[in-house]
Amino acid sequence: MSSGLDRRRFAFGAGIALLALPAGPAWATKADVAAKIKEIAGATPIRKGRVKIDLPVLVESANSVSLRVSVEQSLPHDQRVLSFHVFAEGNPLPNVAHFHFGPRAGRRMVATRIRLADSQTVIALAKCADGSIWLDSIEVLVALAACLD
Amino acid sequence: MNRHLVNIPKTARKGEDFEVKVLLAHVMETGHRRDDAGAPIPRHIIERFICTYLGAEVFRADLFPAIAANPYLAFFVTAETSGPVTLSWTDDRGTTVAETLDIVVE
Repeated sequence: MSSGLDRRRFAFGAGIALLALPAGPAWATKADVAAKIKEIAGATPIRKGRVKIDLPVLVESANSVSLRVSVEQSLPHDQRVLSFHVFAEGNPLPNVAHFHFGPRAGRRMVATRIRLADSQTVIALAKCADGSIWLDSIEVLVALAACLD
Repeated sequence: MNRHLVNIPKTARKGEDFEVKVLLAHVMETGHRRDDAGAPIPRHIIERFICTYLGAEVFRADLFPAIAANPYLAFFVTAETSGPVTLSWTDDRGTTVAETLDIVVE
């Protein structure tokens, strides 16, 4: 009798365990990215311009994709870029990278290589010394996805 | 985590930008994958990269699993006077590697 109960309890527990096992990583959504952008921008209006994101529009293998974030033209000192923030709407996590520039940083251009889990929009945000926030985005078509093998 | 390539020019002119390029050998395991037995492979990534020049921070990067394995970074620093450029990076297991290069500013 008690063994029957144990078995039932075990079956119930196993069911919960199965439910708890995620089918895959929880995917970042546009809303997650919007929330992250909001964390940085606060109430500041987000404008298009100043910052430029470069990624190939068509990606064959998304395990290593060249990303470049830069400013469109050099800005006066009081408008200099303090940081770049990169977000991906279709990766498991919304954050890709944050880059911060100190007083002796040179021209604002950062290059790296990223992973893309799917075709998606990638967003770059620039925060300037005058408090303004600028955005650029690019839609990338991915043939072979990364992250999940 | 100790294999890496770091590159800066030997000399630069005062007021000019010089490029810093680094390639760090690291798996950058995302934490989203599973092994053959179905067990999750724990995340193992470089989380932070810092460049200081003449003792002050000039560039800092917060990295996430979306950065490709063996992270590559390139950025610019404005030359002021001759001195050390220190590059250091830390992963999520607390391992830090640092390398200092000297630049001659003419």
